[in-house]
Amino acid sequence: MSSLLQEMTDKALALGVPLSVQLDLTYRCNERCVHCYLDHEDHGEMTTVEIKHLLDEMAEAGVFILTLSGGEIFLRKDFFELLEYARSLMFCVKLKTNAVMIREKEAARLRDLNIQSIQISIYSHRPEIHDAITLVPGSLKRSLDAVRFLKSQGLRVIIANVLMTENMQDYSSVRALSAELGVECTLDPTVTPMMDGNRSVLKLGVDQNALRQVFRDPALVGDVDEFCAIPAKASESELDALPCSAGHSACYVSPYGDVFPCVQFPLPTGNVRSRRFIDIWRHSERMNEVRSIRVKDLTTCTQCTHVTQCTRCPGLAFMEGNMRGPSSQDCEKSFARTGIPSANMLSRRRPAPNLVQIRALPTLAGATA
Amino acid sequence: MSRLYVARNPRVAARCLDGEMMIMSGRDSTLFTLNKTATILWQAADGATPLDEIVEHRICSEFDVEPADALQDAEQLARELASHEVLQISDQPIPQRIPGGPTRDAGGSR
Repeated sequence: MSSLLQEMTDKALALGVPLSVQLDLTYRCNERCVHCYLDHEDHGEMTTVEIKHLLDEMAEAGVFILTLSGGEIFLRKDFFELLEYARSLMFCVKLKTNAVMIREKEAARLRDLNIQSIQISIYSHRPEIHDAITLVPGSLKRSLDAVRFLKSQGLRVIIANVLMTENMQDYSSVRALSAELGVECTLDPTVTPMMDGNRSVLKLGVDQNALRQVFRDPALVGDVDEFCAIPAKASESELDALPCSAGHSACYVSPYGDVFPCVQFPLPTGNVRSRRFIDIWRHSERMNEVRSIRVKDLTTCTQCTHVTQCTRCPGLAFMEGNMRGPSSQDCEKSFARTGIPSANMLSRRRPAPNLVQIRALPTLAGATA
Repeated sequence: MSRLYVARNPRVAARCLDGEMMIMSGRDSTLFTLNKTATILWQAADGATPLDEIVEHRICSEFDVEPADALQDAEQLARELASHEVLQISDQPIPQRIPGGPTRDAGGSR
């Protein structure tokens, strides 16, 4: 993050302004990615009018960075109408898409609308792997064609690669492909549970050995020794820090108008169909509960070696049952990085205290002798 | 002497935060922030009102400043912002257009 953007984020935090919002326009999708956390049925998406009204409210509330995502955003017939409206309100717009529906014409329209970036999911450089994850034959070719169309328009494209067992061996080649295409590349080793709490998709995620390999790849982490170093003891100020930006300067709105602290934090805090966005942001009890949590309030994690360096996701912790608790997936990552088990991992390994006293009481022993 | 017209560049992203405008360049995503005076100028830059009128009606009415000095500073600022493609300047009125819709003010909190 640039220092100026950090300064603006700090200012937004102090003022209580939601600087950044992800708005999912739809959960419908033209791919069926094996690890996806969404229910793709349409349960009553917001209409064009409703979304435009929400965009007005968000601009008024001070939202600057607007990430439009899904589902697949291009499945909405009014997508360009909404995008044009968002840009007329001068949002800094970022898009997340599989890009399957982007051809030359759409790329040119996106250029004319001056969007900030387009993130495209690419799981492998090999069609047999990528298409087996999206479950759509030919999808890699279409997505890569779109990357080229967008790049030729001078747009900033980011290839997003979610790391799973199935594509673990391909991340270096995806990075090489990104470099060849002249676009950025991100790698995320986290598969998230489904929004309804179903955790079955987690089995697709990479194991400890794979995580260790990734965290020791200098091409990804830079200085491996520094990246994998054991963190110093947490200072008072670090314990007073915020766990993450969810609910503080950022939030998420679903296609049905539900507002959450983050896309990975399925705690409903209100619905924009019945309440103004800014009122939910400022006055929702649940949002304020999330907002009240500091690092020092985290159960288990405050006792953990990794507390200052851990990527702990409050949303994943919430899905495990406690928004103040640990997120096991991030414990695994901290362990893979440093070789030191987290406090959460140690507490799960500890045998249960022996509650049954089998030694006979002396008086009773005497009585029976 | 010709008058200078100024218009917000529709390619940028912008939002007002506590009276100060943050602007992201459409060219290279560079982020700028404007102080309160520059924000007033930027918000008034509708392409139709000459800069000297903006300075007279929006700047000099709010700040204790000599009109000639204020205009000189405003011209310098406008040219600098234009060099970053945040603002458009011309000696003719500048029609404002955002693809797909009418020009809107960059709203914002407070």
